[in-house]
Amino acid sequence: MAESKASPSTNGGSPSAGQVTFLEAIKQAMYEEMERDPAVVLLGEDVGVYGGAFKTSEGLLERFGWERVIDTPISESAIIGAACGMSYLGLRPIAEMQFIDFIACCFNQLTNFVAKGHYLWGAPAPMVVRGPSGGGVHGGPFHSANPEMYFVHTPGLKVVYPSTPYDAKGLLKSAIRDNNPVLFFEHKYLYRRIKEELPAGDYTVPLGKAIVRREGKHLTIVSYAAMMHTSLEAADALAQEGIEAEVIDLRTLQPLDEETILQSVRKTNKCLVVHEDTKTGGIAGEIAAILCEKAFGDLDGPLMRVTALDTPVPYAPTLEEYFLPNAKKVFAAAKELARY
Amino acid sequence: MKAELTRQQYLDLYYYMRLNRAVEDTMTKLFRQNKIVGGLYSSLGQEGISVGTAYALEKKDWLAPMIRNIGALLVKGVPPRDIFTQHMAKYTSPTLGKDGTSHFGDLENLHIVSPISMLGDLIPVMTGVAMAGRYLGQKIVAMTWIGDGGSSTGVFHEGLNFAAVQKAPFVLILENNQWAYSTPVRRQVPIENLADRAKAYGIASYVVDGNDVVAVYQAAKEAVDRARAGEGPILIEAKSMRMRGHAQHDPAEYVPKEMFEYWKQRDPIEQYEKFLLGKKLLDAATKKGLENKIDALLEKDRDFAEASPMPPPELAAQGVYCTGDDCHKVAPKWARDKAEVTPPNSSVVAVWNVQGFGQGKGSGGKNAPIHFGDTPAAQEEAANEGKLAPKTPVKVVSNGTEKSPQKSLNRAATHAGDKKSAKVPAGKARR
Repeated sequence: MAESKASPSTNGGSPSAGQVTFLEAIKQAMYEEMERDPAVVLLGEDVGVYGGAFKTSEGLLERFGWERVIDTPISESAIIGAACGMSYLGLRPIAEMQFIDFIACCFNQLTNFVAKGHYLWGAPAPMVVRGPSGGGVHGGPFHSANPEMYFVHTPGLKVVYPSTPYDAKGLLKSAIRDNNPVLFFEHKYLYRRIKEELPAGDYTVPLGKAIVRREGKHLTIVSYAAMMHTSLEAADALAQEGIEAEVIDLRTLQPLDEETILQSVRKTNKCLVVHEDTKTGGIAGEIAAILCEKAFGDLDGPLMRVTALDTPVPYAPTLEEYFLPNAKKVFAAAKELARY
Repeated sequence: MKAELTRQQYLDLYYYMRLNRAVEDTMTKLFRQNKIVGGLYSSLGQEGISVGTAYALEKKDWLAPMIRNIGALLVKGVPPRDIFTQHMAKYTSPTLGKDGTSHFGDLENLHIVSPISMLGDLIPVMTGVAMAGRYLGQKIVAMTWIGDGGSSTGVFHEGLNFAAVQKAPFVLILENNQWAYSTPVRRQVPIENLADRAKAYGIASYVVDGNDVVAVYQAAKEAVDRARAGEGPILIEAKSMRMRGHAQHDPAEYVPKEMFEYWKQRDPIEQYEKFLLGKKLLDAATKKGLENKIDALLEKDRDFAEASPMPPPELAAQGVYCTGDDCHKVAPKWARDKAEVTPPNSSVVAVWNVQGFGQGKGSGGKNAPIHFGDTPAAQEEAANEGKLAPKTPVKVVSNGTEKSPQKSLNRAATHAGDKKSAKVPAGKARR
């Protein structure tokens, strides 16, 4: 995967063409949406004066002021609750979790209050909850989690987990404009490690649409977020051995783009799911069920999965590396699957 | 500063309390006829709180009820039939049968936010409503209720603290009805007045006799006016008694009989009626007229509810997400010039401006323990235009050389030449 040092942050995140990091793409999305629509506000811990723990909101307070960029107490439930209340008056709040691990602190507010509102009493809550997620940076058990599946399992929430700067920007814009609560996961390993040329003007990427990142005919690898890059790396190695893997980037986990997965598997007849989330209850299980229900006759081999271990995320680099999926593990699993 | 009431206002309070009780009496009958689908929660004896507090709100204000605030819903303009159909899970109910009890709302007209069963969650939500209202320039007040039991939840404290630092126009009514299901208040909270919790957030509070509707109204009116004027959130503890079990199934045998007897003598409606008759604000004819009006209304609404169908089964699969036509447009109603919150007008210098910093005032004066503004190192920083970013504590070492982390200082310095000085919004408490 392409690795490069972070570019110096353009203070204020002014939109510009050129190479931008994943992190910068997110900042640009927030900046441009706040420019476009004064109903968009940002609240969270240290998002204002400090510019966010990862500097994703650097410059926003200077530009949009204290009423729109709100530093909060360390109170995740209050952040989510207040964002929801704001959305009832037509605002489009972005609530930041300093680390997405802390979303557990407001689980009730999200799953019982925010998620059920539209179904029960017709109250849409157009709000985004975003934050840095994922491991690989030795953040330890409380700063590395991938808790997306708790929320994929909660009707009423949408869940987005992009893998490229282009998608991060376009999907975050769509999330802000969506009339539903959207959880937006930002893999922190990608923040400053990948760069991409972005178009100068306004663009969005639709929620709920996966994309084929690499075409292939021998097997399908379904992945998302940082593991999408790992999967591409493995696919390159597989190609050396004559195995052409098709790589699908889910981008949105809820709603899941079943059609793109089914189309690919009907062509390749084999499917490997790679995710950084732990194994049990991960999206791979759901995809396996969908394939069994809708493409059973097309399968020439078992659905296989490469995932993190069913443990908390350990701290020591040796342990974390063992815990996480990597290109080698994906390569090995894909080779095994290709033999069917 | 107690609000004087007109005769009509006195009579309104009476009407709504009587209506509240009559609606619940009707539902008790329906419950016994097995026509209520789920649980039925009584506010018997607490009508003065629901009615007196909600009556202090204006039409544009927002409220979020709890399970025992049917009276507040009636005052806000919810027709009894919505309450009947909700409890009976009818398709004609505000939630189309998807939820029961007082779990429904109305964003567009009545400005009611639906509660959920997890207690305290409404406190940050209504804080957000209050903040958004202020942001849009609407000059609204948001109000919700919590019980003595619910005041022990984490989100109660998170929410009230956030409302306090934001100075949100928010009024929280703490209904102390002595019992959290079967647990008496003394086994939940080790303080006499739950209103004392307001001190922890630096906000104003009142303690009021919840069975005296006029006292409740006057306290609520004063609180609502103060919140609307920008004084920040206010907590009102209304002391009362839950005169039934937690819900219909619960005979409340754990409550000492003498306690029920004591509070029965203090029934809010009976007390108020005596007061009104004594003051000649109510006479037999007016009373009879109100009773007839209530009877006719409830008979009509009950018949409507009973005649209404259950929702079609396939409705269960619909409405999880807001998609296109199935959800309404959520447009902010601006009551101020958008340009105020749009660049360049919104642009500020991003540094913290701590009032009293360097004068020993920010921390309670010279007798306070060492805080910002009291240390020699901080005095030195204060000379730098009095602006610092105390994001991280000023570290003072013995030789006095080590100061605030350079990062914060540099950040402040970067913007020192900018044209605008740091603005602290009205919402940031200056104390």
